[in-house]
Amino acid sequence: MKNTLPETTPFFARDRDWHPPAYTPGYKTSVLRSPQRALISLEGTKSEITGPVFGHNTLGEFDNDLIINFAQPGESAIGERIMVYGRVLDERGRGVPGALVEFWQANAGGRYRHKKESYLAPLDPNFGGFGRTITDDDGNYAFRTIKPGPYPWPNGVNDWRPAHIHFSVFGHGFAQRLITQMYFEGDPMIWLCPIVKTIPDEAAIRSLVAALDMNASIPHDLRAYKFDIVLRGRRSTLFENRLEGN
Amino acid sequence: MVQPLNYLKESPSQTAGPYVHIGCTPNFAGLHGVYDKDLGAGPMVNDNTRGERITIRGFVYDGVGNALKDALVEVWQADADGFYNSPSETRGTADPNFFGWARCPGDMTTGEFVFETIKPGQVPFKDGRLMAPHISFWIVARGINIGLNTRMYFSDEEEANAVDPILSRIEHRMRVPTLIGQRDGDILTFNIHLQGEKETIFFDV
Repeated sequence: MKNTLPETTPFFARDRDWHPPAYTPGYKTSVLRSPQRALISLEGTKSEITGPVFGHNTLGEFDNDLIINFAQPGESAIGERIMVYGRVLDERGRGVPGALVEFWQANAGGRYRHKKESYLAPLDPNFGGFGRTITDDDGNYAFRTIKPGPYPWPNGVNDWRPAHIHFSVFGHGFAQRLITQMYFEGDPMIWLCPIVKTIPDEAAIRSLVAALDMNASIPHDLRAYKFDIVLRGRRSTLFENRLEGN
Repeated sequence: MVQPLNYLKESPSQTAGPYVHIGCTPNFAGLHGVYDKDLGAGPMVNDNTRGERITIRGFVYDGVGNALKDALVEVWQADADGFYNSPSETRGTADPNFFGWARCPGDMTTGEFVFETIKPGQVPFKDGRLMAPHISFWIVARGINIGLNTRMYFSDEEEANAVDPILSRIEHRMRVPTLIGQRDGDILTFNIHLQGEKETIFFDV
């Protein structure tokens, strides 16, 4: 963020046809939790253009290592060891530095460590299933974890979630706030999932599928998956001084 | 043929799901020992924060009036003088004792969310008119496919609300009260209705 002017312009309009609509009856919980009236359009004001920024002092030493951050000393989580890495970009293709990225996931057997979770797969005593990091000056992030398992969930009588990792991302403006999920290349469960299918556009779904990257893998240790996250872009600043109040 | 614009598409949203607490408020979910405290938890003020102390309380209701027990609510607001604590704030320097952002999971038994904060000052609209004091809200939960944006205004700001550039252009006037937190002493009650007759106004920001 150094040597750059403050970002003071509003964001590009969100493409609501690219995102899932609120009402998606195949995902039953959305039926009673979806607003039915039109959203009121609001061109970004200071309240949307600005947003909180988190310093690196927010982070603990092992926040980006899910293999050990919940484990007993000397032990580690059970499962396929992987690294997830990528960039947080905006729609203009620019890296977003200083972006807080939070992630959470099930363990290798598909079990979440949560009091409301009752799937019969066992908990791993050495796996909590959450972490966070902050992107570097070019928008890069990375963390180490184990590959989560698929799991059944109460929707249809035999619905299963594909292996996935949840992501919560802060950009530089509150209107960039995003929660999404990452899927894994080659997983046949992706195309069966009612939550995945809330996204109407197949190309949009593919943009959430992380690619296996053997070049970034570490021999005899772990494999790597690359997952870029795109946040909303800001409008051009070329003629900014013509606008009042910005 | 024309030249390609080469914009990227925003990553599509997916629901926060039922276990959003694990990632965003692990201590609240009983997962201790990794984060000292949950990000955005607790009072938004300290002894040196400028401004009038208020507490916001509310519930997120579904279309049949059940309070959600698994929602996560985030707020973002200006300080007492109307400045945001953000690098994109170019009008002045915000109160260093006020971060302006917080998150609160709904109570797992009752669903209630609570924010202890200050009443924000006024922030200008793009044409220079002042917006009435307001706090931005962002709501995610299982069953919500993309985070919902709304604002809470203040019931004790009738005059400012009447000329607020956003509130005053809402066509269906009977829906405006869904954006007004009801003040009683230091407590503001702000309930969010996802659906139904009392459906809250949500914004495409």
